[in-house]
Amino acid sequence: MRFLKKLIVALAFAPTLVLANEGGFPLDHAPDRTEVAALQNGAKLFVNYCLNCHAASAMRYNRLRDLGLTEDQIKGNLLFAGDKVGDLMKVSLSAKDAKEWFGVAPPDLSVIARAKASEAGTGGDWIYTYLRSYYRDNSRPTGWNNAVFPNVGMPHVLWELQGEKRGAEISEVKEVKDASGKVTGFSETTATFDADGNRSEETKSLEGEHHHTGTHIKLMPVVGKQKLSALEYDTEVADLVAYLEWMAEPAQTKRKALAVWVLLFLSLFAFLAWRLNASYWKEVK
Amino acid sequence: MAFVEKKLPADAPVAAQALNWVDARFPLSKLWNDQWGKYYAPKNFNFWYIFGSLAMLVLVIQIVTGIFLTMHYKPDAGLAFYSVEYIMRDVPWGWLVRYMHSTGASAFFIIVYLHMTRALLYGSYRKPRELVWLFGFAIFLCLMGEAFFGYLLPWGQMSYWGAQVIVNLFGAIPFVGPDLSLWIRGDYVVSDATLNRFFAFHVIAIPLVLLGLVSAHLIALHEVGSLNPDGIEVKDSLGADGHPLDSIPSHPYYTVHDLFGVSVFLVIFSAIVFYAPEMGGYFLEYNNFVPADSLKTPLHIAPTWYFTPFYSILRATTSEFLYVVMAGIAAYVALIFLKTKLNILIKAAIAIVGLVMVVGMMPWALEAKFWGVVLFGSSVMILGGLPWLDRSLVKSIRYRPDWHKYVYILFGLAFVTLGYLGVKPPSPFGERLSQVCTLIYFGFFLLMPWWSTMGKFKPVPSRVTFHPH
Repeated sequence: MRFLKKLIVALAFAPTLVLANEGGFPLDHAPDRTEVAALQNGAKLFVNYCLNCHAASAMRYNRLRDLGLTEDQIKGNLLFAGDKVGDLMKVSLSAKDAKEWFGVAPPDLSVIARAKASEAGTGGDWIYTYLRSYYRDNSRPTGWNNAVFPNVGMPHVLWELQGEKRGAEISEVKEVKDASGKVTGFSETTATFDADGNRSEETKSLEGEHHHTGTHIKLMPVVGKQKLSALEYDTEVADLVAYLEWMAEPAQTKRKALAVWVLLFLSLFAFLAWRLNASYWKEVK
Repeated sequence: MAFVEKKLPADAPVAAQALNWVDARFPLSKLWNDQWGKYYAPKNFNFWYIFGSLAMLVLVIQIVTGIFLTMHYKPDAGLAFYSVEYIMRDVPWGWLVRYMHSTGASAFFIIVYLHMTRALLYGSYRKPRELVWLFGFAIFLCLMGEAFFGYLLPWGQMSYWGAQVIVNLFGAIPFVGPDLSLWIRGDYVVSDATLNRFFAFHVIAIPLVLLGLVSAHLIALHEVGSLNPDGIEVKDSLGADGHPLDSIPSHPYYTVHDLFGVSVFLVIFSAIVFYAPEMGGYFLEYNNFVPADSLKTPLHIAPTWYFTPFYSILRATTSEFLYVVMAGIAAYVALIFLKTKLNILIKAAIAIVGLVMVVGMMPWALEAKFWGVVLFGSSVMILGGLPWLDRSLVKSIRYRPDWHKYVYILFGLAFVTLGYLGVKPPSPFGERLSQVCTLIYFGFFLLMPWWSTMGKFKPVPSRVTFHPH
């Protein structure tokens, strides 16, 4: 009987289970930036802002030639002293030091754009949203927290470009239970971070019997000194993300270019094979 | 007998003379003619009959791409992940070889599942083709092992943790479990030792066995001759030349036919390789682009899509579900006692086995995890029993009672549903649905000796149904 009840309950809740949010800040779609200039800009941003801590140890500097750069341009602008243009993009930050300073070793970024993909969006979408979702939080060692990656150890390296002041509102809807564990109502706790990262909290109970539990983060607009406007910042991040997506699979340009020719040839071949087959099988009675 | 070499006229072409020389020393032409050139096959093969030759094509693709990958891959826990990236970036056309291998693996399973569906539809496993089926079943087992061992090699998060989960399943076997897991792994956890031996299994041990089994599969098939969609034995109607009236030589008819099938397959295969090699995370999983980290367990560990139907059955076996299984075993033993004419000793043996299982499923006996592994294994092994479970009066679904089609459709739906649920994280609804589908899956096979004989069968023609092209 319990089995049957569970079955009916499960079936009744099936739609809500399907719709239930597994958690996670909704991801923005990373804009398509396929022009070589955007990818070169992204490479510049990557080398300047990311390559200090993060390695990209599968990526060779001279592969940047695929983005239309000459070896001299790479050597002059994108290479740290001591590296050769045929070297892999490794960093000298030791994992031990990194763990001590940031709590965790910065992951290698060679294929990060492939690794971060999920049902919520592509890896590029994740990184694009992540880099634009930092907000000030004085309780964190770096002074910044992130809506996409809560309590991340990485500082907001692009703070100068985006702006140094940004707040957020985090509201959490919880069930209120009595001593026996029965749900008697819902409460909403809102933690507000002002533009300088100071936290204040407010809890209020909610009217009504039906509320979705969960956490909702609302990011405030950036205020204060900004090197780039919001649109300019988004564009720079889009270029960086486009570069990361390219770097995750440099062969993709060639792969997609070849695709149409391969399929055209094979379709022609299939057509001829079809007619050849038909001509032989006419003899079979 | 004295050595005899056929004498050709002096002006015979060089190629003919060379072939003649070889034929006197090695049965080359005989092999060609017996196995393909003059191997007579029924003329009414349909779409479902292409998957055998496609399976052979994909085996060759996997071996050739595998050889090229092995030239550059490094089977060391510290080097493996980035050696794959080296292949993708620095080896000329390495990316193409890698994608062909990863797409080929999934293609292999799609093809093999469709190939087995054909057998189910037309009774290809019925007498006298039981051995063809058994060799094929062994190939399927080896294929699953090959895929499992191969999946560890990229040394990504999914590789590592998937292997960890599956090898730990062996730990559920009473008494020998933990030692068995240790022996398989070569270490207390999945590590470099495991990677090295899985590399050896994947690259040479299982491929050798696979090649032997595929040969045996084809030899067994050619010995009795192929079946056909009408499920009738074409050798029952022979022509004046000694060949079945309804058969044609494989060359040239099935050579060009299979060539066409191969060309269509290559279009689909290449579309995936060139446009969507990740296939939405199903052929190349996203989490596998993170190097393996023994200290970080992924939120969702799921096997690759082709294992998920059986994985669902494992997950469905909860301690709650065991009560249903116990009831099922009791009912099945009762059915065997009342509705079969088996020897009383055999019935007694079955009853004892059933009793032992029911006792073992009690909450104080073996845990649900162990029985989950048992059901998981049984769901695969039961396929081997098909030739003896199917008692239908006809071989092909064409002449079975109409409602049998719905039984097959229900089974197919249950199998696909189990597969779908297997890729999703567990949920209360998913648990219930997978339990229901598990019952359908096992019911389909275990009750087949009875339901396959029921209903009004249609008259089977003496000659195949063929519409000239």
